[in-house]
Amino acid sequence: MLHAADAQDRLNDFVIKLANVNGTGSASANSLLMKSIFRMGVPVMGKNYFPSNIQGLPTWYEIRVTRDGYVARSGRVDVMVAMNAETYAKDVKEVSPGGYLLHDSTWPRPALLKRDDITILGAPFARMCNETFQGVRARILLKNIMYAGSLAALLDIDLDIMRAMLGESYASKKSLLDSNVKALEIGYNYAKEHFQCPLPLRVARMDKTANHIMIDGNTAAGLGCMYAGATVGAWYPITPSTSLMDAFRGFCEKWRVDPTTRERNFVVVQCEDELSAIGAVIGAMWNGARAFTPTSGPGISLMNEFIGLAYYAEVPAVIFDIQRVGPSTGMPTRTQQCDLLLAAYASHGDTRHVLLFPNNPEECFYMSVEAFDLAERLQTPVFVMSDLDIGMNDWMCPALKWDDSYRPDRGKVLTKEQIEQLDKFYRFVDKDGDAITYRTLPGVHPKGAYFTRGSGHTQYGGYTEDATEYQIVLDRLRRKFDTAKQLVPKAAFTGSGSHDVGIVSLGSCDGAVLEALDILKRRGLQLDYMRVRSFPFGEEVEQFLASHSKLFVIEQNRDAQLKSLLTLETAVEKAKLRSILHYNGLPMSSNEIVEAIAAELQQRVNPPLSAIR
Amino acid sequence: MSFIVKPKVAHPSLPRNELGLTRRDYEGGMSTLCAGCGHDSVTAAIIEAVWQMSLRPEQLAKLSGIGCSSKTTAYFVSGGHGFNAVHGRMPSIATGAIAANRSLYYIGVSGDGDTLSIGFGQFAHAIRRNIDMLYMIENNGVYGLTKGQFSASADIGSKAKKGEENQQPPVDPVLTALTLGCTFIARSFSGDKEQLVPLIIAGLKHKGFALIDVLSPCVTFNDHEGSTKSYEFVRDHYDEVVHADFVAPAQEITTQYAAGEAMPVTMHDGSRILLRKLDPGYDPTNRAAAYTYLRDKLAQGEYVTGLIYIDEAGADFHGINRTAATPINQLPYEQLTPGSKGLDKIMSRYR
Repeated sequence: MLHAADAQDRLNDFVIKLANVNGTGSASANSLLMKSIFRMGVPVMGKNYFPSNIQGLPTWYEIRVTRDGYVARSGRVDVMVAMNAETYAKDVKEVSPGGYLLHDSTWPRPALLKRDDITILGAPFARMCNETFQGVRARILLKNIMYAGSLAALLDIDLDIMRAMLGESYASKKSLLDSNVKALEIGYNYAKEHFQCPLPLRVARMDKTANHIMIDGNTAAGLGCMYAGATVGAWYPITPSTSLMDAFRGFCEKWRVDPTTRERNFVVVQCEDELSAIGAVIGAMWNGARAFTPTSGPGISLMNEFIGLAYYAEVPAVIFDIQRVGPSTGMPTRTQQCDLLLAAYASHGDTRHVLLFPNNPEECFYMSVEAFDLAERLQTPVFVMSDLDIGMNDWMCPALKWDDSYRPDRGKVLTKEQIEQLDKFYRFVDKDGDAITYRTLPGVHPKGAYFTRGSGHTQYGGYTEDATEYQIVLDRLRRKFDTAKQLVPKAAFTGSGSHDVGIVSLGSCDGAVLEALDILKRRGLQLDYMRVRSFPFGEEVEQFLASHSKLFVIEQNRDAQLKSLLTLETAVEKAKLRSILHYNGLPMSSNEIVEAIAAELQQRVNPPLSAIR
Repeated sequence: MSFIVKPKVAHPSLPRNELGLTRRDYEGGMSTLCAGCGHDSVTAAIIEAVWQMSLRPEQLAKLSGIGCSSKTTAYFVSGGHGFNAVHGRMPSIATGAIAANRSLYYIGVSGDGDTLSIGFGQFAHAIRRNIDMLYMIENNGVYGLTKGQFSASADIGSKAKKGEENQQPPVDPVLTALTLGCTFIARSFSGDKEQLVPLIIAGLKHKGFALIDVLSPCVTFNDHEGSTKSYEFVRDHYDEVVHADFVAPAQEITTQYAAGEAMPVTMHDGSRILLRKLDPGYDPTNRAAAYTYLRDKLAQGEYVTGLIYIDEAGADFHGINRTAATPINQLPYEQLTPGSKGLDKIMSRYR
């Protein structure tokens, strides 16, 4: 269906979407496909759209083959693999004109699978599985590997790479390896015999993935926690943050266990709820260990009281918020950036918190380490605001690097010798003028002992209900936030900085924004782009806002929370800001940004919006 | 939480412990509780216990929640760090603190509201984790700071100051702890220092979660006729079943007890507690029997006190986790990361 002229255009540039039933083992087949393309040197993007369910509901996986290395959804589907009859109707509709749909033809459904502008391909996967393999479970699982084999033939994916990957997965399970390879080859051969292979859309080797990895943000963040020297992890399981603690524990079990005594240099506490998890983090950091908790929006809601205590009593804490769709339970397996305001001002009373906004797994790793340094330097909770898209999807990014000269910044903690030399120790006196005071750890020296409390206290650490004494501490905390502005990661900028229109965005929107900028540039429209990487906003953010006459604020929530933060916490004129909001739970795609900006700036886009559609 | 600074003057004749410290060295700020409050007697018993143990003050970390009882951690051992957490959540602070540094002694002081209402979940799970701490409930059946509401430990039929009668069944922390697998369970009375001091010592020495439920009357809101947590009622319905005497490692057990009456238990550090059974048929190592005994006595309106249950053999939180012997907050950074070479190895999995 694709015209020959287009075929060259679409080489290593198309989208495969796989419609499956969850709990049937499709995830491993889909990641086999994606990783195989990656190993052919071709950049890929993978997104998993899964239900909050263990078995039986529809699930989709999207693989974008992208020779230009874009990391966002494009918004189109070129090849649909329809393995779930329940969603056939929806899946058929979604294929872009000229695309293909591959389905299991064991049970033909011609009425449902009908469209004139796409090519429908059927292969009897279930029948072939039943003829070849024994056991219900094996037949269900291997059906997925079989369609992966057919796709290898259709898209020209290197079968040897796929075999090798299966070999890695089943290195110690010979019989499983054999049946998987067999299923792969049956699928491959069927496609070769019955379809015209390869399709005009296909994969060809490149060399653009060397020194890159495919990793999800939660794994990278868990790894970051180990490299930061965290020794206590406390948590309550919640989607989509669970895999972060799984990763931390996994890495620690490999690298932090004494091979002879089996003693562990870490503690992971699975708590009874999120209140307890943040309590344990605060207790551990009060006592001088590096501790963290991974959670999501509902967990942050529960943690609010304790977060206020840590802020006011000035105890460091590191919290990972892997944001998911709210409000309330919302859609636990869908992505959003909807906790910005919740985290920025968590807890009652006057509180403000340091937030970091990683844009991909690579930054999750580095920002995890930075979060601990900032929390201990500033003696306050620090949030790493990831989301489900970053946290749970595999992203292609440069291999992570480590600088062996790194040493944790433990902040202003007095040693035994330093305490010994003091006449008297006062916990909250601002000696250095940066609003950060000195702290002591339990067990070190009786002269360093003080009483940590969430009730009103003086700068000397004593209980107070005195108006002036209370205000001295509260005002210093406000100044401490100014110190934080100097220390948090600076915003990242794209573009010359001289254009009059700018984009402000954050986190996982980044990939879609960068691609949209390229598309708009090709259409004659150039914009500057600032990705904020932390809160509080630094001077560079103020400058960018001041130097652009119109600003698009792009984010993934309904209520324009980043825009709210910008108007509350910077001098920006509200009328300059235009929101582009995406909040349906799927990761943002580049085309919706292009369309929104083109609609706003119609006269400056070539071709105009009407022609884009 | 005192505004008043207590003068630190130690008379030369004051007795000194092995560290050369007097009891004054283990005091804290001036109490701001009501005159005659049971909690102040508990504070005095804690000071006596840690003085007798010759603990260095900084070795003790004091944790509490919110309420009258939770204020008391400011009134003893000012040389040890204190943490006044949020209401009912002290056990989670304790969990993290204990995870970070296993070498300190941890004492948590809570109340019946803090433990049995808002903090019931955290209390239960701290027991399940068997974190190594002494957890004391100063139990008076009433909310003092908010002026006299019933707490979850108020007995059915117990009367409030204004005459209202409690209709809901109480939560009994001792029975609860027995069912949850707590490894050290005692009940005492703020007015019985002789019983309470050795229990505190034994509880601090116990490897794991030690609970002492201390009946500690509220003189302002719950010390009237018709209350089952008044000084008078507790004294009249007080039934000590096992008395614990603490025996330091070097000390010999000299007193002679009739067979079946005395029972020495060796603590983790080699010291012993000598249990004197006042009811010869009672076995403080039999959880099920202890439960039945307590239920029977409760039905008769009696508070069973003393060391009710002890198990020194079980693994505590760190034992279960196999945590390194060195407190993990003191591990050098170099031991915590595999460095750039390790990272390169890790990366190969993701290529």
